[in-house]
Amino acid sequence: MNTTAFILFVLIVAITLLVTYWAAKRTQTTSDFYAAGRSITGWQNGIAIAGDYMSAASFLGIAGLIALFGFDGFLYSVGFLVAFLVVLLIVAEPLRNTGKYTMADMLAYRLKAKPVRSAAALSTMAISAFYMIAQLVGAGGIIKLLLGLDYTVSIIIIGTLMILYVVFGGMLATTWVQIIKAVLLMSGTTLLSVWVLQKYDFSLVTLFNEVAAQKGQRFLEPGLQFSNPVENISLGIALLAGTAGLPHILIRFYTVPSAREARKSVVWAMFIIGSFYIMTTFLGFGAALLVDEEKITAADKAGNMAAPLLAEALGGNFFLAFIAAVAFATILAVVAGLVISAAGAFAHDFYSNVLRGGKASDEEQMRVAKRASIGVGVVSIILALLAKDMNVAFLVALAFAVASSANLPVILFSLYWKRFTTQGAVWGILTGLISSVLLVLISPNFMPPESAIFPLKNPALVSVPLGFLGAWLGTLLSPRDQASEEKFTELYVRSQTGIGAE
Amino acid sequence: MAKSQQQPRTDNHWEQVARTPVFQELIRKKKRFILPASVFFLLYYFALPVVTGYSDILNTKVSGGMNWVYLFALSQFFMAWILSLIYVWHANKTDQLVQRINDQKEEKQ
Repeated sequence: MNTTAFILFVLIVAITLLVTYWAAKRTQTTSDFYAAGRSITGWQNGIAIAGDYMSAASFLGIAGLIALFGFDGFLYSVGFLVAFLVVLLIVAEPLRNTGKYTMADMLAYRLKAKPVRSAAALSTMAISAFYMIAQLVGAGGIIKLLLGLDYTVSIIIIGTLMILYVVFGGMLATTWVQIIKAVLLMSGTTLLSVWVLQKYDFSLVTLFNEVAAQKGQRFLEPGLQFSNPVENISLGIALLAGTAGLPHILIRFYTVPSAREARKSVVWAMFIIGSFYIMTTFLGFGAALLVDEEKITAADKAGNMAAPLLAEALGGNFFLAFIAAVAFATILAVVAGLVISAAGAFAHDFYSNVLRGGKASDEEQMRVAKRASIGVGVVSIILALLAKDMNVAFLVALAFAVASSANLPVILFSLYWKRFTTQGAVWGILTGLISSVLLVLISPNFMPPESAIFPLKNPALVSVPLGFLGAWLGTLLSPRDQASEEKFTELYVRSQTGIGAE
Repeated sequence: MAKSQQQPRTDNHWEQVARTPVFQELIRKKKRFILPASVFFLLYYFALPVVTGYSDILNTKVSGGMNWVYLFALSQFFMAWILSLIYVWHANKTDQLVQRINDQKEEKQ
């Protein structure tokens, strides 16, 4: 085992647990637990959103993709940032203005609470589960590579930590773990980038010339890895429509005091996330130039070790240990965000509002929220242990597909279509959820590419229109809903102005 | 029962706000920015997978190994950043209308 890496890991664990201890004393009510008492400022939330969003898959996966297949990985990166324009312009402020703790709060505002919250809780938990298993399985593999820890041990350590953060420190601890992670990740990536660039006189043209000389000009052109344009367009739809439907991102807007701060936080997040994804190209091309390709693929076929190996090539063992610790912190912050979002869907939407009809006391809600967090954490650990030898790369795509097809259509219709009904919302969510899962099951993710019934790995091109269609048909096939239409004006005024927002 | 009696009054109240010229102006201003801006960034973004997928035109070199496709992909980041700043600048202005709606509301109460 790498001793420096081990010490840095222990240091990260110690600091994050201290933060949790500090946050625990400030987490008394459900508003503290789910929304950090709305005490987070715009820029803090912006950094936390970035920490919530930039996963180990981005850091290690995209750098690896670029190191092995050149330009195509960058094509992937672009969508992750542009997606935030949808969040900023269309979703963040209305949602902040009309919700309390979860995405379903806004939907339940004018529609019937029980069916709508149940459906929304289902899609939130599905998205969180897919995303979580992808993160945990990836994390187990990465920590094994970096630290030599056994897969099972790694999963249990990460799983226990994420439960501790959320159960004791709620959203406040989660936020600060995400902020610490974002700072570490940005420092690590910047350091690596500057180190690579100074070898090429800080000139992109020199860097590209060197890549072209060593790897051929083709390496700098699209199409080596993602050669199907329709697939790329479908991926783009999933990213753009899906990010604005990811529950663990959306609930971050409830941690700030107003829509104005929510807006500011998206801009902060965009500058951090954008810089990060631009730097993935320096990491990727740097690894392609400075580390032997055989060495990268020998360590991990998918290229996940490209960035750590680059760090080793540049700064030796200490730098490798530092980058490994950054990857570890990255994983922790993302999974903690997923636990609190899934627990909120279960405890706030399903238990408090559906089962208890909104009559549970704050104390009871807190108790259930904490138990739900433990439950979500334990189930995730078990699923991750069972999925050990599965290829889980498709799960992230599936999470984005469900978020884009099940959530975004009903969010938009609820905010802007007066005639929208409860049945429309339930049909929309279920059509989006079921069609995404089914299309993935009959796609090349599960079947041999030649005989796959559905040709695309990413179903969004078909499932997003289906989600809209389901919500639209469900509405037109149900009688006009007087209550929903009367409440629409109220929701509309409040979503646009923030009057009466919590 | 109590709830159904209360309902129409609150609705009227929100209807009133919705009909004020200030609110109408707020919605008009928001729409006039958000709709064209959304169309613009969607076209700009999807141009990347469409153009790279169906033509090689962006593979043309700019200088040495540097080609247009990298620069176009890179420009997407600056497009997103600049648009986000313009949006904030615009939204800060419409916030003043929101403030006026709030003031009117308080006067009435």
